[in-house]
This record gives sequence, structure tokens and C-alpha cells, in this order.
Amino acid sequence: MEHNNTEKHGGSYTTLVLVWIGLLALTSITVTVAGISLGQYTLFVALLIAAVKSGFVINIFMHIKFEEPIFKVFIAVSGITLFVIFLLTFFDFIYR
Amino acid sequence: MINEAANPGEKSFYQVSTNKHTGILSWLLTVDHKRIGIMYLIAILSFFLVGVVIGLFMRWELMFPGKTIMEAQTYNTLFTLHGVIMIFLFIIPGLPAIFGNFFLPIQLGAKDVAFPRLNLLSFYIYVIGAILVLVSLFLPGGPIDTGWTFYIPYSIRTSTNVSMAIFAAFILGFSSILTGINFVTTVHRLRAPGMTWFRMPLFVWSTYATAWIQIIATPVIGITILLVIIERAFGVGIFDPALGGDPILFQHLFWIYSHPAVYIMILPAMGVVSEIIPTFSRRTIFGYKQIAYSSLAIAFVGYLVWAHHMFTSGMSDTSRWIFSLLTFIVALPSGVKIFNWVATMYKGSIDPQVPFLWVMSFIFLFSIGGLTGLVVGALATDVHLHDTYFVVAHFHYVMFGGTGTIFFAALHYWFPKMFGKMYNKRFAVISVVLFFIGFNMLYFPKFILGYMGMPRRYYDYLPEFASLQLVSTIGSWILAGAIFFVVGYLIHALYKGKKATANPWGGVTLEWHIASPPPMENFHEIPTITHEPYDFSQLKEMKYGE
Repeated sequence: MEHNNTEKHGGSYTTLVLVWIGLLALTSITVTVAGISLGQYTLFVALLIAAVKSGFVINIFMHIKFEEPIFKVFIAVSGITLFVIFLLTFFDFIYR
Repeated sequence: MINEAANPGEKSFYQVSTNKHTGILSWLLTVDHKRIGIMYLIAILSFFLVGVVIGLFMRWELMFPGKTIMEAQTYNTLFTLHGVIMIFLFIIPGLPAIFGNFFLPIQLGAKDVAFPRLNLLSFYIYVIGAILVLVSLFLPGGPIDTGWTFYIPYSIRTSTNVSMAIFAAFILGFSSILTGINFVTTVHRLRAPGMTWFRMPLFVWSTYATAWIQIIATPVIGITILLVIIERAFGVGIFDPALGGDPILFQHLFWIYSHPAVYIMILPAMGVVSEIIPTFSRRTIFGYKQIAYSSLAIAFVGYLVWAHHMFTSGMSDTSRWIFSLLTFIVALPSGVKIFNWVATMYKGSIDPQVPFLWVMSFIFLFSIGGLTGLVVGALATDVHLHDTYFVVAHFHYVMFGGTGTIFFAALHYWFPKMFGKMYNKRFAVISVVLFFIGFNMLYFPKFILGYMGMPRRYYDYLPEFASLQLVSTIGSWILAGAIFFVVGYLIHALYKGKKATANPWGGVTLEWHIASPPPMENFHEIPTITHEPYDFSQLKEMKYGE
């Protein structure tokens, strides 16, 4: 794969810093939410925040946003598989 | 030992080093995919033979009720070691690491895999994992006795060396992941000009699907193993019910990897079958695209059936019927393959050479294994048969009758190409027959014993099971005899065998277009692909065609 477009590749420093601040903010929210009793939604909220954080890391820090479509397909296949595994596991967890 | 020259004036990969060293160092530091494949063959075959010997001792113990040759704890250790060695050191890496490494680049028209150094690293990680398994046997505490499934809570209670043995499986996982990454990248990036996706041989397709499972599923077992080690060391309470943990969560995590791992084992074998049947039927494969897609379908649906190992574990009823339904669905793409193979043979010009006989044996044994899988995949029958010898028989028919048989098929099919020598075909036919008889004598009684209620992993049994246990033990001698016979005449062929021609079977995929054994970097110039993979009209124009 060619890496001749390095400027475009990683995004600007401003973007990287903003994403970093965003990740720190989401981490703070995770910690805060852990202290609030949300009942059956606790796990769902924690997973949602983790998913958003993963999205930022994968797209920006791992450069997937700037890569060829084939890499996005690879990530999507892995992500969908993981989602289905989560879903099927919850059929046990919820109905047990 | 090996042909001095692949062809007059041409040196084979045995005679050209990829580094500055000669002798053993030229092998140990090689980055050539063929040499790495051969090193895997030696290592994996050695561990397989160790696993066979352990199995023989287990069967010897079970020959008569009560103690025969060993104590119960020794038996517990042996069945665990047999499982760990056969699963993690033989059958998971077996076909991809040996034949995938050797033939995937050649069948794609490439000079090597995408990351040759990473390939060598995978091999050494495999060796380190294997050494750790061996070390765990001799440390204080004694060898692991949990069974190869390492089920909680016993695996966090026993004082045997669980942590080190499962850490070895963790290390072996990295080897598997790196091999998977290498193969996916090779298929995407290194196909020869004209080698479109639907001109790739079906062994490449199945190895590609397998590589995806290796990449996506293996990390799950890695994390699970680390959690068990943490649980044993610090008693966190993740899985241990005494500390508020959930032992069924362990089973979920274990089988989320270990069921797809079953497809890591069988998919490459199905690819080999799709190579051998057209070659010996002289007929293009029936339903090429359906077989290719069914590999991907098996790889994907194979992720979604893991909890059928847990029908009696106490998980929810909803999960039980969902996973039972999904299990029946995965039988469909497997059925597509079986029907397409049979349809390929129909009206073909069949030449029943040794590799083809192994494949016939496979279709018979794997069909029994697959169909009995539906018996234990159905909820009601599984409650009766769970954890009995029926499951042991089913598993061995699928894995050994399936992948194990095809390991030998592949070895006999590609042996002339890999080593440039031909084995004694009469001996080879005798070995297939002995293998088939021994296999069925060893494992078929276990279906009946399981149905009668004989539990798996038990050291002793009731007197009414004695006669079938005896038949099974006698079968193990015949089967092991056949296996050692195969190894014997193949080693003999390396030294004394007749020189093999470049295309002894009349195959048409790319490996049969080059010399036996292949030269370093496989091709003098990268070929341009103009034919479908199983177009036998090529035979007339092939340089080495016969």
C-alpha cells in the first residue's frame, strides 16, 4: 500500500488533540456513570461509551478513516462478528 | 535424501539458502515459505505421534475394567495431554501451517508469503508454546489434569500446573494469529496477474476463510486464558462461583474461540479435498463458486453456534433453542461441499490413486461425524448424550476422520512435489485400508457405549461395557500400526524412493507447473493466469504435463 500522502494520512494536530480530549472526557463520563445507579442500563451505557471511544481510536489514531475501502471492510467484518457474539451471549445473560 | 537437482541444471529450494548460512542454520534462520512449511511438518508430525502414543496408553488402561496399567490421576493427566497436544499442537496448526505455508504462495503464483520474516516468527512462537507445554509436565504440581477444555471451577481448584499449560495455549494463539494475517495479506496482495478471486484454487479459498477465523476468534481464547490465570493467582471472582463469578461465562468465552477453532481445523481439509477430487476425476470441480462461498459461510456461521457445547450447563432456555437452530444451519454449507464433491466425481474419469483413497475414506468418516453432530446438536437427544462416549466418537469422526484423514491425504498428494520422491504405492494402499478398519473399530463402539451411558473421561466402567471397550482398544492398535506404517514408508521414500516427476498425478493447479521439488522462489518469472483453476485442457500444453 502506498504511503505517499502523509499529510492527509494522520489528520491535523488540532484534530488529534481534540480527539484525545474527547477520549479523556468520555473516560470521565464512564467513571461518573459507574457511580450512578442506572439499573439494567448500566452495562448498556458503559458498552455504548466504549464503542464510541473505539470508533475514535480506530478511525483517527489507527488511520482507518484515511485508508482504502478494503481495510474498512475488514474492520466492519470484525466489528459485526463481535456485535453478533455479544448479542447471542446476551440471549443467555438476559433470559437466564 | 532429496533429489540433487529438480531438473537438469536447476537447483531446488533444498539446495539454495535464503541466508548466508549453510547446514542446519540455513534452515533455522530461513524465510523461505517452503522450508518453514517443512519445519512445521517435522514439528507437528512429531507432536502428533506423541499424541498417538498417549492415546494408545489410554486405550490400554481402558482395555479391562478397573486398574490395568496406571492410576486414575495418571489417566486424568494423559487424557488432558492427549487433548492439548492433538488440538493445540497438531490439528489447529496442521494443515494451514504445513501445507498452507508450502502451497498457498505457489498456488497463487507468488514467490513467497507477504511477510516472510513474520512467517518464521510464527514458527518460533509455535515452538516456544510447545516447549512451555512440555515444561509444565515436569514442574512441581504435576501435569495439568483438567481436560483440554480447562473448565471452571475445577481448573481454578486443582493444584496441578494449569497456569503454565494454558499460558502455552495463549502463546500458541499468537502463532495462529500471525499465520492468519500473513495468509490474508498474501491472498489480497500477491496473486499473480490474471489470478482473479474466482480463479484461485479452492485450497486457497478455504485457507483464506480459515485465516479470517484465526485472526478474529483466537484473541478471545487469549483473553479468556489470561482471566483464568488472574483468577487462579488473585481470586478476583470473574469465573469462580464461590467468589460471585460466573462459570458459564467461562464456557461462553472458551467456546466462542474453540468452536470456530473446529472450523480452523476442518476448512483447510475441505480445501484439500476440493483439490484432490478434480485431479483424480479428471474433471473440473462441480459448483466452484458454491464451494468457495460455502467456505466463507462455514467460517461465518461457525462463529454463531458455540453454545451448543453448553446445552446442559445451565444457560437460558432461549439460548438453547437459538443455538440449536443455528447449529442445524451450519450443516447446510457443509452439505453443499459434500454434494459438490460427489457431483464432481459423477461421470469423471476416476483414477483411484492413494490420495483419492484417503479422500474416499474422509467422505465416509466425515459424513458419519457430521450427521452424528446433528444428533448432539438437537436439544432433546443432547441431554441424553452430553458428556458421554457418543460425543467423543462424534468429535473423533469429525476431527480425526475429517482433518486427520485429510492430513494424510494431503501428505500423499503433495509428497512428490515437496520432496521430489515417490513412495511405495502398494504400501500406501495397505495403510489406507488398515487405517480405515482400525479407525472404525476404535471409534464406532464409542457411539454405542455413549448411547448406553458410558461417560467420557472416566477411568473405570461397568462390566457391561467391557466387550466394546476391548474392541475399541484392539482398533487402536490397528490404527496406530497404520499410522506408524505410513510414517515408516514415507521416511524410507525420502532416502530410497524413486525420483518423482513434476506432475505425477496430472494436476493442473500451479504447483504442478513447476519442478519437484520446487526451485527457490517457485517461479523463474511470475506466471500470467489464463485458465480456470481446474481446466484440464491445460495438461496438453503444460511443460511438465504427463
